[in-house]
Amino acid sequence: MRFTLNGAAVSLDVVGTRRLLDVLREDLRLTGTKEGCGEGECGACSVLIDGEVVDSCLVAVGQVEGREITTVEGVADGGRLTALQQAFIEHGAAQCGICTPGMLLAARVLLERTTRPSADEVRDALAGNLCRCTGYTKIIEAVLSCTT
Amino acid sequence: MCPPPAPAPAPAPAPVTAVGRSVPRREGADKVTGRARYTDDIAVPGAWYGKTVRSTIPRGTIRSITLDPAAFDWSRVVVVTADDIPGENVIQLIRDDQPALAHREIRHREEPILLLAAADRATLEEAASHIRIEYDVAPPVFDLDDASEVFSSVEIRKGDVVEGVKDLEDVDVVERTFRVGLQEQLYIEPQGAIAMPEANGAIRIIGSLQCPYYVHRALKRVLKLTDQQAIVVQAETGGGFGGKEEYPSIVAVHAALLARKAGRPVRLIYDRHEDLAATTKRHPGVITHRTAVKKDGTLLAQDIEIVLDGGAYCTLTPVVLSRAAIHATGPYSCPNVRIRARAMATNTPPNGAFRGFGAPQSLFAAELMVEHVAERLGMSSVDLRRKWMLRLGDTTATGQKLTESVSAELVLDTALRAVAPNRPTAQPPIRHGRGLSIVFHGSGFTGSGEKKLQGSIGFEALGDGTFRILTASTEIGQGTKTIFCQLAADALGMSLERVSLAPQDTSLVPDSGPTVASRTAMIVGRLVQEAAEEIRERLKRERPPFKVEKSYIQPDSIHWDEATYRGDAYPVYAWACTIADVDVDMTTGEVRVTDLVTAVDCGKALHPVMAEGQIEGGCLQAVGWATIEEIKMKDGGYQNDRLATYLIPTALDAPRIRTILVENPYSRGPFGAKGIGELPMDGPAPAIIAAIHDATGVWLDEVPATPERVLAACASR
Repeated sequence: MRFTLNGAAVSLDVVGTRRLLDVLREDLRLTGTKEGCGEGECGACSVLIDGEVVDSCLVAVGQVEGREITTVEGVADGGRLTALQQAFIEHGAAQCGICTPGMLLAARVLLERTTRPSADEVRDALAGNLCRCTGYTKIIEAVLSCTT
Repeated sequence: MCPPPAPAPAPAPAPVTAVGRSVPRREGADKVTGRARYTDDIAVPGAWYGKTVRSTIPRGTIRSITLDPAAFDWSRVVVVTADDIPGENVIQLIRDDQPALAHREIRHREEPILLLAAADRATLEEAASHIRIEYDVAPPVFDLDDASEVFSSVEIRKGDVVEGVKDLEDVDVVERTFRVGLQEQLYIEPQGAIAMPEANGAIRIIGSLQCPYYVHRALKRVLKLTDQQAIVVQAETGGGFGGKEEYPSIVAVHAALLARKAGRPVRLIYDRHEDLAATTKRHPGVITHRTAVKKDGTLLAQDIEIVLDGGAYCTLTPVVLSRAAIHATGPYSCPNVRIRARAMATNTPPNGAFRGFGAPQSLFAAELMVEHVAERLGMSSVDLRRKWMLRLGDTTATGQKLTESVSAELVLDTALRAVAPNRPTAQPPIRHGRGLSIVFHGSGFTGSGEKKLQGSIGFEALGDGTFRILTASTEIGQGTKTIFCQLAADALGMSLERVSLAPQDTSLVPDSGPTVASRTAMIVGRLVQEAAEEIRERLKRERPPFKVEKSYIQPDSIHWDEATYRGDAYPVYAWACTIADVDVDMTTGEVRVTDLVTAVDCGKALHPVMAEGQIEGGCLQAVGWATIEEIKMKDGGYQNDRLATYLIPTALDAPRIRTILVENPYSRGPFGAKGIGELPMDGPAPAIIAAIHDATGVWLDEVPATPERVLAACASR
């Protein structure tokens, strides 16, 4: 099967019913996408499929034939941190960091669609991604700092 | 021989002071790019997958274990039972009661009995389905009321609660009982370890853990290894909150037993369901207060009884109970105190370390007790707190005289100034309410803990002009790596870039003690500072490379008597005042915490952004405990053992949290800092229950304040 991963074409011979999460982590060694619960509750495995935030633990890899996938490894712009990544570091939005890849992707989609989101809109956009370290305050601050 | 004094290396340009600045997190770039490697991210060629087969009954004995030879080719897997253990079948902790694998006796429903490893997960599951374990069932004990085995007990006495109020007139006695429930730490990265057999009988563990040397000690005993043969390396760790204090010893020992028998690396990574079902939780308990006051509010006596449920094995329960008891009075000065605390054994999975370590439970009761006494006296509870609160020179329940950094009033005034006036009345069915709490939390180990432990670090001045800190203190999100470098840079008078940390690997770094008990920044951080200062002096005469080692030395002024529970229970306390605003929906009973303001005395904010972040995360964990995090028990197991049913707050549920850091320095903390890791877990729950009362007029005596409990309380009024 073929799909686009972080801007590059990928061709794989895999069983279509395997979880996208496992194919990314085990076959493609992109371990930035994490497994927190395996049932679509925590968002640690969030990736973008055609620009939509999706829990990759709930997606069979066969479903992404011909589609465009972005993982956290594809966020940095040619190795340079984006403003959002920089803001996560500066505002203390990443503590243990395990939710950070998913958070970054969910926040990126929000910022692409809404130029000046309110704090409530940020909370809404991140509601599918659990964080146990920050209380979300610093994450929301980081996202809002990128909205000018 | 006497070499001529070596010229000192050219000093670095005067650095910008690192301490107190929110410099970028050391591993920040790795965490925002996906480069950070957590345990399950680490590829190990040839590794098999491991699995734990657990009991299905809460109490009894194993009659037989049958591996069906007709149904499965057992040569495809490795099977480990208690009989395969080369050393002692015990998980090293306080008591030697918990086996690595059940031999005969079963004491809880998730008791590990057998381990499996296979080349792939499908084979593993298939093998597990052909194992039959038969039991002789015994009657389990789930209720504290039915429990008879005592893990530990503590009694603290100050003055005399009977004599102290005898013959006095106009004395009011208020009595109330409070209950607190189980809570899951819910680090987002589940437990996991990879074990790798190495040359000379060594076994290397890479794992998600807080305390490398706990795991080291556990491995040595079960696997019969020498100090050098047991190697424990912490991978990047996705949260701990106490949940990765003692439990990783079990995961690592299991992985090691499998790897030893398989003769190849084995990955033992829990999924969320197993993690929720089997790992330790916050101790539930029942706390009863009897408080005697004069009509003018003068506090005469506090008589407190605490009963905690330890679950099936002792784990760290005696230390949890100790911290619960010492904090049970709340941050108040009382001439006559009696605290009787005990922890009981039941047949639920063992409870263990969780941020706050008993103090959130006992402070919940203490802070609500102030509210009840104030209500009885017709006084404002804030005024009553001012009358009672600990001040400089006062003594605590253990007779500890507070000689510095006492901030109950400071945090109260700071929080009160920071909140907006009360909101106008809400539209039905919503009602607004506001509640407040003041808490204190002892930083570092209790009593003689630090003295016994003698945590150590190394500090290297390297030949290239850089410096390296050798410590087993772990980074679990709270910022250890960054603040240690900040402390070191300032103490050296060097720029931050010249300081780094060696990996948390027991073959490289000394035992700095566990990363727990709000001790890392304050106790180990102080050692880092002292080592760096010594290096700075030596650099004036010596040329690197050289190394300095520092171990904790208890100051002469700290006295603690373990037998009588008298003396300096903690080196110092951190303080917080929390004000919670809630909306209560009177038709559904739903409680929404809308705003939380918390003023925290941390001594010195070494890294303000990280200090705030740690406080905000702790506050939200407490909001979860107070409102939605409930574990329902059935047959000795947790009914809601999936993330779909055990709910924690999302970004939408979380209140706006505002942290105000105040700095009342501690003379022996690094640059004045005190530990604050656990403190934020203490204050929000009682503040929220008081806010619910403000909104509804009813008192809940229990957390979480679920809609069912709120509606029931309103209906019974």
